[in-house]
Amino acid sequence: MPEPKTLLDKLWDAHVVANEPGCPDVLYVDLHLLHEVTSPQAFAELAGRGLAVRRPERCLATMDHATPTTPGLPSGDRAAMTQLETLAANCRRHGIVLHAVGESGNGVAHVIAPECGHTRPGMTIACGDSHTSTHGAFGALAFGIGTSEVAQVLATQCLLQYRPQPMEVAVTGRLAPGVTAKDLALAVIARIGAAGGTGCAIEYRGAAVAALSMEGRMSLCNMSIEAGARAGMVAPDSTTLEYLRRRLTPAQYEQVEAQATCWQSDTGARFAKSAHLDAATLAPMVTWGTSPAQAAAVTGRVPEPANAADERALCYMKLAPGAAIAGTKVNAVFVGSCTNGRIEDLRAAAGLLRGRRVAPGVRVLVVPGSQRVKREAEAEGLAQVFAQAGAQWREPGCSMCIAMNGDSAAPGELVVSTSNRNFEGRQGPGVRTVLASPLTAAASAIAGCIADPRELERSQP
Amino acid sequence: MKFTMLESGVLAMPRADIDTDQIIPARFLKTVDRKGLGQAAFHDWRMLPDGSPNPACPLNAPGAAGAAVVIAGANFGCGSSREHAVWALLALGVRVVIAPSYGDIFRNNALRNGLLAIELPGDDCALLAGAGGAIHVDLQRCEVARGGYRFRFTMDAFARHCLLEGVDALGYLLARSPAIAAFEAGRKS
Repeated sequence: MPEPKTLLDKLWDAHVVANEPGCPDVLYVDLHLLHEVTSPQAFAELAGRGLAVRRPERCLATMDHATPTTPGLPSGDRAAMTQLETLAANCRRHGIVLHAVGESGNGVAHVIAPECGHTRPGMTIACGDSHTSTHGAFGALAFGIGTSEVAQVLATQCLLQYRPQPMEVAVTGRLAPGVTAKDLALAVIARIGAAGGTGCAIEYRGAAVAALSMEGRMSLCNMSIEAGARAGMVAPDSTTLEYLRRRLTPAQYEQVEAQATCWQSDTGARFAKSAHLDAATLAPMVTWGTSPAQAAAVTGRVPEPANAADERALCYMKLAPGAAIAGTKVNAVFVGSCTNGRIEDLRAAAGLLRGRRVAPGVRVLVVPGSQRVKREAEAEGLAQVFAQAGAQWREPGCSMCIAMNGDSAAPGELVVSTSNRNFEGRQGPGVRTVLASPLTAAASAIAGCIADPRELERSQP
Repeated sequence: MKFTMLESGVLAMPRADIDTDQIIPARFLKTVDRKGLGQAAFHDWRMLPDGSPNPACPLNAPGAAGAAVVIAGANFGCGSSREHAVWALLALGVRVVIAPSYGDIFRNNALRNGLLAIELPGDDCALLAGAGGAIHVDLQRCEVARGGYRFRFTMDAFARHCLLEGVDALGYLLARSPAIAAFEAGRKS
């Protein structure tokens, strides 16, 4: 009988072009996503060597990181304009489809590829962005790469890679109302640590994962890199197929459906590492430090520092050990990013903001992940809910997740953010970031302080 | 870029989880070039909000200039995939990092640029960081030595070969074009 294989092994084996003893594998990349910040030096390398793009039809480019979330181009920012113009010129020269700023298909790379049906089970996907792990939600092997590797994929459609170790994160039970995939992601990272998945590709399994929507699975897989894992994945099932059925041609869908059952870990497949969580025990999670692993239940207290890193983090965050986390004053709230900028995330935030007002003095940015999400949200009346509540409704982009596009906070300000990183200075020098779900972000916007969304859900506006 | 051996001063940054946002903050990524990122390296650690050098930062200590070896805490280079972090370190003059562990993408990026990422247990890193004088790094012998301490490190043979010989990974892949074409043809049928 053949050895049972993990989903990772199946995906890997299906894409090995060459494996020579003592060398990393030559791995084929099915879909290559490009953006303006990590691609210019790669295209320059091709130009310098006189190389063509091997498979332009397997590339998809967008502008997201350096783009403003106010309408139009960053015309006042020469450096950002140069990056956008360079990407446009490179895509024209090599025949790569580009969704430029303002166009109907524009948005954050990890939002537009799934919503347009480009991301499918069984694929390998690479992008010069660490949150490429998002696409693993479809049973694909998707991981971030550096710019030298972007050049390799452009020129050869391949990468030199060692096979990661398969790691299982099994989540039993069901998430309680008010507790989301983002909370689960933060709980996983808090459990296994910021390097708990280093060298591994995580497969999320169990009833709680199966019960997640595709949007939820994308939020969960997105955060895998924050536990050190380059890839996170969920095996495709009926939820995956239903999502894809609405986005593919009948012929494309038929092919995906026929192969979907292959992309599962076999019974008895062995994982190098395992972690187990019970979803039913989880509360909404927020971070209190400067690593996504420094997270706790919103109902909890700021912990006593366990080491020098904790001490430094609490000093940066200006939080006192033993203080209740809920009730901490908030200056700004950001809802958006490749983690939580999808329609379901906006519906969740709008659900709490409907008929309520943002607390005085709190600045709230709601940034859809793509033009398509923006159109959907406007058609559903969500944009109006945000505006009436006193939040700013913006154009799509990475916005305050990376703070290199005009959206940032001031030194010392505390931001409750649905993004993925609370590193020092991530949202601007000296800015204190608290990672949270869209529900917790919305509840905190209304309360003016970090708040448990379940308390608002219990009361009518 | 080839690497064989080196002797230099040391920058000790014993913090764990030094992410690539610390190595180069995102606002410095608005470039289409690999060069000129030295000023951006560890910018928000080196500089106070008023733009003056932070005297508490080890990078501003006398003797930091010209140090080509960083000794850091675990999970160095975690976070963003930005290769700019490696380019910024190189522009600062850093050729070697010694740490208990690395972010996976950073490790790959380092290798592609001839920056040597050596893995040693935390205790050994601490001893090396605490010892005085220059550090000697020898990739041929897989050895680092400083003061009275000498440690052997392991590195995957392919990575070591690439560093010693300056192997061009893109060239290596281009040489596999026939296999890539065969793979593509095999999938169509």
